Amino acid sequence: MRTLSLALRNLLRNRRRSVVTLLAMMVGLSAALIFGGYSGNSIYALQTGYVQMHGHLQIQRQGYFLYGSGNPAAYGIADYQRIIDIVKRDEVLAPMLTVVTPKLQLGGIAGNFAAGVSTNVLASGIVVDEQNAMRKWDDYGSMSYSFAFPLTGTDQDAVVIGTGVARKLQLCEPLKVANCRPIPKPSADAGAQAPDDIQALSALEASELPAANQTRIEMLAANVHGAPNVVGLNVVKAQNWGFKEFDDTVMVMHLAQAQRLIFGGAQAQVTAIQIQLRHTEQMASAKARLDQLLATTLKSEPLEILDFETLTPIYGQSVGFFHSVFGFIATLIGAIVLFTVGNTMSMAVVERTTEIGTLRAIGQRRSGIRRLFMLEGLLLGVIGAALGVLTGLLLANLINHSGLTWTPPGYVYAYPLRVRIWGDWGLIVESAAGLVVVAVVSAWWPANRASKLIIVEALRHV
Amino acid sequence: MHPVVLKQVGKTYRLDSVRVLALSDINLEIRANRFTVISGPSGSGKTTLLNLIGCIDRPDQGEVIVAGQDVQRMSDDALSDFRAHHLGFVFQNFNLLQVLTAYENVEYPLLLTNMPAEQRRRRVLDLLDAVGLSDRAQSRPGQLSGGQRQRVAIARALAPAPQLVLADEPTANLDSETGASIIALMRTMQRERQVSFVFSSHDPQVQAEADDAVFLRDGRIASVERRSEAAEAAP
Repeated sequence: MRTLSLALRNLLRNRRRSVVTLLAMMVGLSAALIFGGYSGNSIYALQTGYVQMHGHLQIQRQGYFLYGSGNPAAYGIADYQRIIDIVKRDEVLAPMLTVVTPKLQLGGIAGNFAAGVSTNVLASGIVVDEQNAMRKWDDYGSMSYSFAFPLTGTDQDAVVIGTGVARKLQLCEPLKVANCRPIPKPSADAGAQAPDDIQALSALEASELPAANQTRIEMLAANVHGAPNVVGLNVVKAQNWGFKEFDDTVMVMHLAQAQRLIFGGAQAQVTAIQIQLRHTEQMASAKARLDQLLATTLKSEPLEILDFETLTPIYGQSVGFFHSVFGFIATLIGAIVLFTVGNTMSMAVVERTTEIGTLRAIGQRRSGIRRLFMLEGLLLGVIGAALGVLTGLLLANLINHSGLTWTPPGYVYAYPLRVRIWGDWGLIVESAAGLVVVAVVSAWWPANRASKLIIVEALRHV
Repeated sequence: MHPVVLKQVGKTYRLDSVRVLALSDINLEIRANRFTVISGPSGSGKTTLLNLIGCIDRPDQGEVIVAGQDVQRMSDDALSDFRAHHLGFVFQNFNLLQVLTAYENVEYPLLLTNMPAEQRRRRVLDLLDAVGLSDRAQSRPGQLSGGQRQRVAIARALAPAPQLVLADEPTANLDSETGASIIALMRTMQRERQVSFVFSSHDPQVQAEADDAVFLRDGRIASVERRSEAAEAAP
């Protein structure tokens, strides 16, 4: 017979009370796990999306991220192909890499001048096949809506735009965009006319195109010399980017076309070299190696390394939000468990006062009494944690197969509701351990009180 | 050597703001291998005296020497260990652990003395046999009669081979026939195992069996009657 056996039998003595306590712990832990699994999955999905879009790391010209995003000409990287080659050939970095690709970000005005409308766009010049390879990254098995850019094999003037841009440029019909209501055409005198030189440039571009191309647009941007430049573009598809503000401004084009628009005949540059790694865990060591390269081989270039968390501050904010909500829920559940177990143990001490007196009389030390009740709390915690984890896993499985969906704030389509508990061992172990610790802590006070009972008074207890 | 010596022992309790004198000026020697019965009217201090002898309470004044040791100076842990090795207790309500079997109840004090498992097993089986409950070793207290429970309690009290067993009204919750058999059992154990029994009891059957009778009144010893001088020569 050991203390453990005695503690277990004492728990079974009042089965109904023990079961109710275990149920409270089970429900609490499974609720925490389900929210933890849900938020964990959301964080992984967010990370997957950002890594597919931006890569894990980006090499940029110093200051571009903070000051130069509207001025690609001033913050471009001229010798980008040499830098890409150095990165790809580096013995330390090579095993970690999946994609290294250049990107040119530019802003401009896209116009469907045939319809008399225009809108601001944020365009990306990309190497299509490399970007499409980046969008296959899925290290966490997340449900992803990322799509390949349908620019492979297209002419250099082909572009993809967001459905919001298509809507603003009144291209929904020719591009067959679903759920895109046509808007009333503004009267001719409702807005200012384009400047004469812009209209002339547009006319020049338009004259070179096949007639009656309904998906033809023009894009105006400031070139490297600060002068306006216009190119004619062919919209091959409008795609929903999910996030409305982004969907309303996004345009993707071939890198060469973007470079022609900004740099013309001057040396072509890019604003970033995107580096995607096999695993996010490699980010610190990859960044350290890149910093080393910037300090040695690439010392002459004024470059800096930025990770995706820096590039997309909303990721860190979202993670922080999920963690704070999880912490709040865990604290509430912990408080409930604390009082439930504490109450159960306190009642046990009162009911077993005479027994405690007897044990002390026959030679049990105070520490032995304290240990016995703490062990009962520990057992409650361990059993409650085991039941909570099992219930959480079962419920997560049911939810994942239920077909439920939800639309994240700001998104235009719904995501499947997924709860990722299995495989997130950190979540399981930390939540279960937390519950056990709370159970033991809540047993401490009654256990201590039991150990300090005066023997003769305990023996007189009725 | 006397297993218990009390010198000028006094004890008061505080009930709310009132101090109640429980024992005063107690001088007593408990003789070895005797049945000593402490009797007296309710409130005379019987249980208090038994508690002091059993080292589960401390006097306000005087000395309590048990098994040759001044127990007042011991720490709580040392006193617990002392009780585990030198004292046995039999309670009016048996006070067995309900979740343990008869075997486990008898074994419990031996676990506190860290007795080796095999020796422990033999001791428990021997004691259960001695109290006539070999066949009920795996029964829980709820499955035993009052007399059987008290037999288990006696076996538990004798398990660590104590010098002294303290019994507080051991027959109070038993019918007279069962009570008589319990007294007979304790007398047998006392003789076979050379152990001193100290009772607090109103029961005439217990008082009739006493070798030494201590009578208390108002917290003081009114009389001490040494009935069995023949046993004085016993070791």
